[in-house]
Order: sequence, then structure tokens, then C-alpha cells
Amino acid sequence: MTQLTKRDWSSHAAFISPEYKSSSLRGVSQNLVKIDPELAELTGPAFGQEVIGPLDHDLTKNGQVNGEPIGERILVTGTVFDELGQPVPNTLIEVWQANAAGRYVHKRDQHDAPIDPNFLGAGRCLTDENGRYKFYTIKPGAYPWGNHPNAWRPNHIHFSLLGPCISSRLVTQMYFPGDPLLAYDPIYIATPEAARERLVSEFSLDVTEDGFALGYIFNIVVRGVNATPMEA
Amino acid sequence: MSMKQTPSQTVGPYFAYGLTAQQYRYANTQIADNQLVKGQVAGERIRITGQVFDGNGAAVDDALIEIWQANAAGRFNHPLDQRSPRTLDTDFLGYGRCGTGTSSDLSFSFDTIKPGAAQAGHAPFITVVVFMRGLLSHAYTRLYFSDEASANQADPVLSKVAEPRRATLLAQRKETGTGPEYQFDIHMQGAEETVFFDV
Repeated sequence: MTQLTKRDWSSHAAFISPEYKSSSLRGVSQNLVKIDPELAELTGPAFGQEVIGPLDHDLTKNGQVNGEPIGERILVTGTVFDELGQPVPNTLIEVWQANAAGRYVHKRDQHDAPIDPNFLGAGRCLTDENGRYKFYTIKPGAYPWGNHPNAWRPNHIHFSLLGPCISSRLVTQMYFPGDPLLAYDPIYIATPEAARERLVSEFSLDVTEDGFALGYIFNIVVRGVNATPMEA
Repeated sequence: MSMKQTPSQTVGPYFAYGLTAQQYRYANTQIADNQLVKGQVAGERIRITGQVFDGNGAAVDDALIEIWQANAAGRFNHPLDQRSPRTLDTDFLGYGRCGTGTSSDLSFSFDTIKPGAAQAGHAPFITVVVFMRGLLSHAYTRLYFSDEASANQADPVLSKVAEPRRATLLAQRKETGTGPEYQFDIHMQGAEETVFFDV
């Protein structure tokens, strides 16, 4: 018996969230049409070590040109689970983020904060056989954006996951505990209140590496598939 | 033990160097692009192209489109699809990514093969996933083919869609000097709003 857990709309923001201005013209406005999952929904792309380079998981090193990137060195680790509680092994995680000054490498980012020539801010890794992953990076800075007067994005890292099938696809953002900007951020606040704290990583002295990097734990839960192969 | 889903958040305006670095000419690499045919792959070569429009009818210049599809025999490159004959093109993954920010008309395009029907009685289709700044959760739709009228007529998923909206899921075929091309525009809102699925 094949089972795909549903998209839990009590965990995700409404498509149109008026405080987040650009959602008003870009969010889906009509009701979604429900369909029962078929093979197209139960399957999806899988990538292996062939797409992972030796420094892809270490953003403190993969953009170096002539020295160390500036900023507070951190590590982010956690386990990817599916909603049924099973760790998701060998699944691809891609991340991107601003540098310590709150500036992206992206050509469109015009924020007047310095580019760090030694920091790219993008990486990827696979979860291990137990669903665990780890990135080293620099703590991203906050930055202003045009949503409303004096709008600032809280410190965050963008995460993209594939999970076991195309229906478990997840793009999200990881935040940091105690960030005062969270209370003012329309993107974070668009998430139903009961689900918001799942977006906030946890500081952990246990995973902090002595003398090297502060450690944050961010566990991620994607939709679950409990499936037997289709044969005929 | 059941756990709660991690909430979705928008892909934001700066995904290009994270997810589609080579397309946008950053120095780092990407895991997927818009060229799905690599090596020996059976099936009719097609190009899919389209634009993404917001509620004002303006073309979106920072959308990310992903596709997932079966091969020409209607088989998915995935362990759950063990149907025989397992005519898998090992070189064909069936997954592509393209951002709308690198072509002058803000279109996306994919060079791929036309998939076969994945099940008897179903029309062939391609799963399309839409991400962009302003979209807090990604949206799923399906691309069906305009030249499959009778299969489309019988398709159980298309049949769930109110008749006046079905046309939003039909990619229109035209023959070009470089081969068949299917036009598939995506409208986030408005009278022509694309049908999106809760899958």
C-alpha cells in the first residue's frame, strides 16, 4: 500500500499574505485542485555523491580567494526526517545565504554593504545514511529590503531539499534563536503561529566545536512516502 | 512516530547562485539545468517554453521552474517504478531546472523528450513546480500536450478540473525550424490563472 502524507496546510503560509507585499500579485488565488498521488507524485529525482565536491559543505572555504571570510564561523547540523518519523538518507540539501555584512553575491543585490571576496554563500551536501547533515559557514547578517519602511530581514539561511519524491520538495529558510527581527518579518510571520518555531534553529553547546565554531541544530521534516515499488 | 512538516518559505529573489548558478553565469556549479536529454535517449525531442505572469499580467523575471517527467515509455527513473518492461534510458533522469531571469523575454525553456503516458487510460504530462519571490509555498501544476486531444479527454486528473480552466494546462504545439515546441505560460492569477494542484 502506497502512502504519501498530504501537504499540511496548517504548517504552511497562505499563498496571499497581505503583510508580505509581493505575495499579493504572485500568490495562487484560486483553490488548489486536489488529486490523488500517482507515480509522478511518488517518484522524483535522486542525486548522489557525483554532484558533491569536497568543499561544497564548507562555505567558510568554498569561496576563498586570498584568505578567510570575515564573520562569525558557525556550523549547522541536523537530521532530515519524513513526516512518518523516518530519517531521510542520501537526500540533497542546497543552501545559500548573505555574508556576515548582510550582502548576497547575487548580482541583483544592491544593498550598500561590503561583498566579502572570500565568501560565496552557496553550498550543498547529502544527508548520510542516518539522515544527518552538516554545513560549516559564516553567520549571515541582517539586511534591509523594500517591503515596508525600515524593513529588515532577520538572519537566515535558505534551504532547498528534494526528499524522497517530487512531492516532498521543500524550500525554506532557517532562522536563529533570539533574533529580535523575527517579530517584524512578514515572511516568517506569514507562517501559522503554531508552526513558526520549526523554522528557528537551536543553539547547542554540544555540537559547538571547541575553539572553532558555534553550533546550531536545524532538524527538517518533509512529507513522507511509505511505498512499495510498482511492478507489473 | 509522526512529526510535523517544516514550513515552506519563499525561494526569495537571490536563488540564482544557489540553485541555478551556471545558468546565471556564476562561478559555482549547479546540479540540474534545462537540458534533459543527455546521451542516448529514446523519444521525440521537444522544447518547452513559457513565461510566468503575475496578477498584473507582468512577466516574472525571478521565477524558478522545475520539471519532473517520465521517459518516452512512460517510466520514471526512480526505484518505485519497477514495471516491466523496464525500458529505462539510464541517461534520462527526467528532472530539469530553469530560472526566468536570463532570456530577453523572461521565458523559461527545457529541451527534453515527450513523455509517454505513465498509466493506461492517462494522458502524458509533465509535472511543473513553480517557485518565486512572493510565493511562500511552491505550486504544483501539470503540463499536458495540445496534440493529445483524445487522451486528454479521457484523463482522470484533467477531468477533475472544471472544463473552462483545462486550457490553462495545455501546452500548445507548434513546429519550428529546430523542431517541435510547446508553449506553456503560467499565470499566477487573473482570468487565465493556471490550475495548481494539491498533490
